[in-house]
Amino acid sequence: MNNTLNIRELVEGQRGNRGEILSRLGRLFQEVRVLEPQLNAFLTVTEEEGSAIAQSLQEQDPQKEPMPLEGVPFSVKDQIITQGVETTCGSEILRGFVPPFQSTVVQRLLGAGAVLVGKTNQDEFGMGSASETSFQGTVKNPWNPDRVAGGSSGGSAVSVASGMVSFSIGTDTGGSIRQPASFTGTVGLKPTYGRVSRYGAIAYASSMDQMGPMTRNVEDAARVLQVIAGHDPMDATSSTKPVPDYVSAVSKGVKGLKFGLPKEYMDCSMDAGVRTAVEAGIQRIKDAGGEVVPVDLPHTEFAIPTYYILASAEASSNLARYDGVRYGHRSSGDGSLEDMYQDTRTEGFGAEVQRRIMLGTFCLSSGYVDAFYVKAQQVRTLIIEDFKRVFDQVDVLVSPTVPVVAWEHGAMADDPLAMYQMDVLTTACNLAGLPGISVPCGFSEGLPVGLQLMAAPFQEELLFAAAGAHEGRYEERSRRPDLHTREWMSED
Amino acid sequence: MKTEYEVVIGLETHVQLKTQTKLFSSCPTQGAGGPNTATDPIVLGMPGVLPTLNEAVVEGAVRVGLALSCSIQRRSAFARKHYFYPDLPKGYQITQDEYPICRDGLLTVDSRDVRIERIHLEEDAGKTIHDPGRGESRVDYNRAGTPLIEIVTRPDLRSPEEAVSYLKNLHEIVVFLGVSDGDMEEGNFRFDANVSLRPKGAKELGTKTELKNMNSFRFVQRALEAEIERHAEILSAGGEIVQETRTWNEEKSRTEGMRSKESAPDYRYMPEPDLSDLMIDEDWLDTIIESQPELPEAKRRRFQSDLGLSAYDAEVFTGSPDVASYFEAVMGTTKAGASRVASWVGSELLGLLSRNGHSLQTSPVTPAHMSELLDLIEAGTVSGKMGKDVLEKVLQGEGAPGELASRMGTQLSNPDELRTLVLQVLERCPEQVNMYKQGKTKVIGYLMGQVMKESRGKANPGVTTQLLQEELQKS
Repeated sequence: MNNTLNIRELVEGQRGNRGEILSRLGRLFQEVRVLEPQLNAFLTVTEEEGSAIAQSLQEQDPQKEPMPLEGVPFSVKDQIITQGVETTCGSEILRGFVPPFQSTVVQRLLGAGAVLVGKTNQDEFGMGSASETSFQGTVKNPWNPDRVAGGSSGGSAVSVASGMVSFSIGTDTGGSIRQPASFTGTVGLKPTYGRVSRYGAIAYASSMDQMGPMTRNVEDAARVLQVIAGHDPMDATSSTKPVPDYVSAVSKGVKGLKFGLPKEYMDCSMDAGVRTAVEAGIQRIKDAGGEVVPVDLPHTEFAIPTYYILASAEASSNLARYDGVRYGHRSSGDGSLEDMYQDTRTEGFGAEVQRRIMLGTFCLSSGYVDAFYVKAQQVRTLIIEDFKRVFDQVDVLVSPTVPVVAWEHGAMADDPLAMYQMDVLTTACNLAGLPGISVPCGFSEGLPVGLQLMAAPFQEELLFAAAGAHEGRYEERSRRPDLHTREWMSED
Repeated sequence: MKTEYEVVIGLETHVQLKTQTKLFSSCPTQGAGGPNTATDPIVLGMPGVLPTLNEAVVEGAVRVGLALSCSIQRRSAFARKHYFYPDLPKGYQITQDEYPICRDGLLTVDSRDVRIERIHLEEDAGKTIHDPGRGESRVDYNRAGTPLIEIVTRPDLRSPEEAVSYLKNLHEIVVFLGVSDGDMEEGNFRFDANVSLRPKGAKELGTKTELKNMNSFRFVQRALEAEIERHAEILSAGGEIVQETRTWNEEKSRTEGMRSKESAPDYRYMPEPDLSDLMIDEDWLDTIIESQPELPEAKRRRFQSDLGLSAYDAEVFTGSPDVASYFEAVMGTTKAGASRVASWVGSELLGLLSRNGHSLQTSPVTPAHMSELLDLIEAGTVSGKMGKDVLEKVLQGEGAPGELASRMGTQLSNPDELRTLVLQVLERCPEQVNMYKQGKTKVIGYLMGQVMKESRGKANPGVTTQLLQEELQKS
């Protein structure tokens, strides 16, 4: 497979020429074997499953119209259920778990002809910003292996940035798609809550979790969302709103669109290099004809505590099912039932997951629930109202995705609160259920910087229009990390 | 001793709703048989699954709410109730907490108004089976996720008898509505009782204890009696009741402590983020109200006032939905009156069925059969005696009443034909004719028997009696 091609070119290349799929995929898996030891992006590589899919695609009638993602190699965060393929969330507690059912997203992608390459590494249960906490260890940033890939969908971001796949599906509860996209120079979209079915996304914080595409360019993200968006009867929170034409939105331009620059987002403590890159990004939007005005989101400072209370509370509930009774890890001790629960969960969950379960349990406990959980729900309403007010004035919000570039491995491992602060610009989007996208806008210290765009619920078309216009004016849009595999990258 | 105190009882009843599929998944409620066959990834709480509401359950809950005069909440919401136990797959039960589907109802039982505080929807857990012999516990999730409604009263009941009466009434209602099988041995209808005592005339409620998880009217009565006795003894001795959860030990005929208030679990209720609020549509609600089945109490009243049934018969024909619908099906088609239908269905048919090991549900005698037979009797075509034979043959599957009756020969009612028979008998029995003339009119029975014999049982008894009297007075 030619990883310099975008999805449209890949699919078009198959028209009347299906004979090559299997051999190209074979070369791709070979490259995965070369790159993986450096990057650790995958928890499972599905060579067998992927080859079987490719085989069946190759056997189709060569004259048949190609499916929307036919022959396009993709990866899926291990947080997402894949029928018949081990799904662990990067956690010991689910090691060896092979789901007997399919997630809606993967079902739709396979139905569109996409070829599964593997399950990507991540922070355990999606709880982290560096992809350093899975049982298989740290994901490496392809721009600089000493740096983190971001998280929690770090493996997904790296599998895309390194060219191992054309797209990946990540999950985003507080920035877990957009932040690693920012750190790896990829495009990461968190759709509106309810736009993409959550059936088969292993729940971290159900009221905020959303799956979305991670790609190397904006149009690819639109093509993937086009396939995965839409109502699913298996998810009561999925929207019945019709799915618009996202692909055509990419080239619509931004003339006449009004962009808001949240003062509170620009005022946060930010690396100088990040600020420079983001300002350049904002200038591109202006150059493309967009109007940029300052706006206020006065409750921004409460987004992080609100997010961590609510997400942890929901996590403590969602993770109660990992008790060793029906699947996954079970402690081998022969003590009481109480002992089995305690040992199983102590052995199976890592430190960060345990921390959030305890925090969440506390926030829901009798005597504390009003002061924490209920209060946080009230603040969440205020944050939503901030956005409602702002979106009466502007079409799209623009900001940095993360105030910094990818940090060094281990830099935040002992300071969870400092790491939580890195989510300052991404969590409000989840609290309000908005769509948000991170697009590459420049480099600082030789590392990519992301520009975040947010819109009102179900206005993904505006995000694609803005991101497309920005990308068209971004000179370094084709810059890729050097992985000493030039011959593979230009192959085919 | 007890007379110093007033007993205060409140009840929480769990009713399993009869549905094809589970509360939050399309998994059938009935499996292939054997443990863990009525399960799917959703019921088992696998990672990544989501609940979706089975709307048939909403109808069941609303029907019960309407029957109990509740205010049906146009918006209700689900919540998670957390605790760890192996038969609870997700580590939480999806239930309704702050926003139940029905509120503020009333059920009048033996002229006592029992206020219904709320009715809410929730999912059942599986079953844990302990095998101490092998030191093992096994879990069967077949019951997990089956729909329940919980009906909670205010503390309005004043004796164990009233409590039982309320429960029997409620049971009858849910069964008549067709929303539950109400099989008590299967745990379809189970209840917890809160009980406290207070000095007569006092306004404040005393400290309560909760008796958990009973599924028999007899046990709940005995348990309440024992618990009231225990409270009274403690209070009379100047002691204090400890608020706790207790359980009835049938073998030892006493209640026993399970857990105190202090050790009660903190369920950490949280709104269920995977389900949107449950909205009740006005038009839908109207169709439910219009199609609400008649409740047993109203039926009893109507059977007496409109059909003229005795109180006893009215009770019999509202004893179960099957009996009531059978009776009404026959009433709707036959020309016979209610009391004849009552006696034929109530004693002849039910007696015959039970002697033959049948119930109304499996009865080969359909309401249409019964109606046809009663019409033949009503028209005098079939005598009562013959009717019983016909009924028996219908039960044996030998045919429909009409064809059976004509095969057996219908009743002889033509006065001209009968008069010939009557005259023959009178001529043969001068002795009895004389006795009649001397005033021993009872002998007419013997003469009647002779006519019957002569006609091989087909003579219409009414017409025959009339003819006999006429001829005897003539001669």
